[in-house]
Amino acid sequence: MEMAPDRASRATGYRAGARALLPLSPAVLLFGASFGVLAQSAGFDPVASIVMSATTFAGSAQFAVMGVLGAGGTAIAAVAAAVLLNARYGPMGLAAARAFTGGRLRRVLESQLLVDESWAVSQEEGRFDRRRLVGAGLVLYACWVGGTVIGVLVGSGLGDPAALGLDAAFPALFLALMVPLIRSRNALAAALAGAGVALLLTPLTPPGVPVIAATLAVLFGLLPERPRRPTECAS
Amino acid sequence: MSAVWLSVLCVGAATIAIKAAGPVLAGDRELPVRTGRMVALVGPALLAALVATQAFSTDEELVLDERGAGLLAAAVAIAVRAPLIVVVLTAALAAAFLRVAT
Repeated sequence: MEMAPDRASRATGYRAGARALLPLSPAVLLFGASFGVLAQSAGFDPVASIVMSATTFAGSAQFAVMGVLGAGGTAIAAVAAAVLLNARYGPMGLAAARAFTGGRLRRVLESQLLVDESWAVSQEEGRFDRRRLVGAGLVLYACWVGGTVIGVLVGSGLGDPAALGLDAAFPALFLALMVPLIRSRNALAAALAGAGVALLLTPLTPPGVPVIAATLAVLFGLLPERPRRPTECAS
Repeated sequence: MSAVWLSVLCVGAATIAIKAAGPVLAGDRELPVRTGRMVALVGPALLAALVATQAFSTDEELVLDERGAGLLAAAVAIAVRAPLIVVVLTAALAAAFLRVAT
C-alpha cells in the first residue's frame, strides 16, 4: 500500500513504540489480571476494578489502594498512598512535556498514556518521541485494562505471576532501558544516587516516597557536563 | 459512597491531573539550559530507582530474592547486547527457574 512519506513515517513512530512494548505485553496482561482477581478479594466490585484500571492506569498505585483497603485501611490512607506512588509522573511528565503537541484536551488525553514503561521507551538521549509514547502506551493500556477484565471474569483460577518469574521482568526492562541513557558522568552519578536514595529510604518511608525522593539525584545536572567515554560517539 | 468507589474516583482524578500537568502547563516552553540538564537526568535517576525498588524491595522491606538473580541475568544479557525481549525473558526465566529449584 502506498502512503505519503510523512504519513508513513508517522505510522512508523507509533508502530515502533508499540513494537518496543510487545515483549512485555504478556506480563502486563497477567499483572492486570492479577489486579482484577485480587481486587475482588479485597472487596472491589467488578466495575470498580475496571474503572480504576481505565482511569488510574498505574499498577503500583492500584495495588497499593487494594492493599490498604483490603487490610482495613481508610479511603484517605488508600488515596494518600496512591498519590505518593503516582507523584513520579509529575517529573516524568515535565521531562516529556515538550514532545506533546496540539490543544489542551489532546494533551490531557495523550498524557494519560504516560506510564513508566511507555515513558522509558519513548526517550532517546533525553528527547521524547510523542508517537512512540502513544504507540507504546496504547499497547500497555489495552493489556492492562483487558487483563483486569479477564481477572474480574476468571476470578481466582489464574496462576501466580510470581511463579512465572514475571515480577522479575519489570526491573530487567527498566535496567535495559536505563543503560543507554548513561552517556555522561552526571547521568551515571544520577543513576547511582537515585538507586541509593531509593534503597536507603525503602525501610524508612511509605511506599512511593523512595522513588520520588530519588528525583533529587537530578541535582547532578548542576555540575559541569563531561562525557563518560569521550572517544565513543553517540550511536 | 463506599470506601472502594471513593478511593477509585479520587485516585483516578488525581492521577489524570498529575500525568497531564507537565504536558499541559509546560508544553511549549523552552527550558533554561540548567533546568534542561536536570530534566535530562530524570530518566537515569528514576529508572535506577525503579530498578532498585522493584528488584530489591517488597512493601517497606529490603529483600534479596529470585528477582535479584533475574536482574543479574538481565545485566549479563544487556552486556552482550541481547535484544530487549531476550533481556526480559532471561530475567523472568532465571527467577522462575530458581523458584522451582529452591
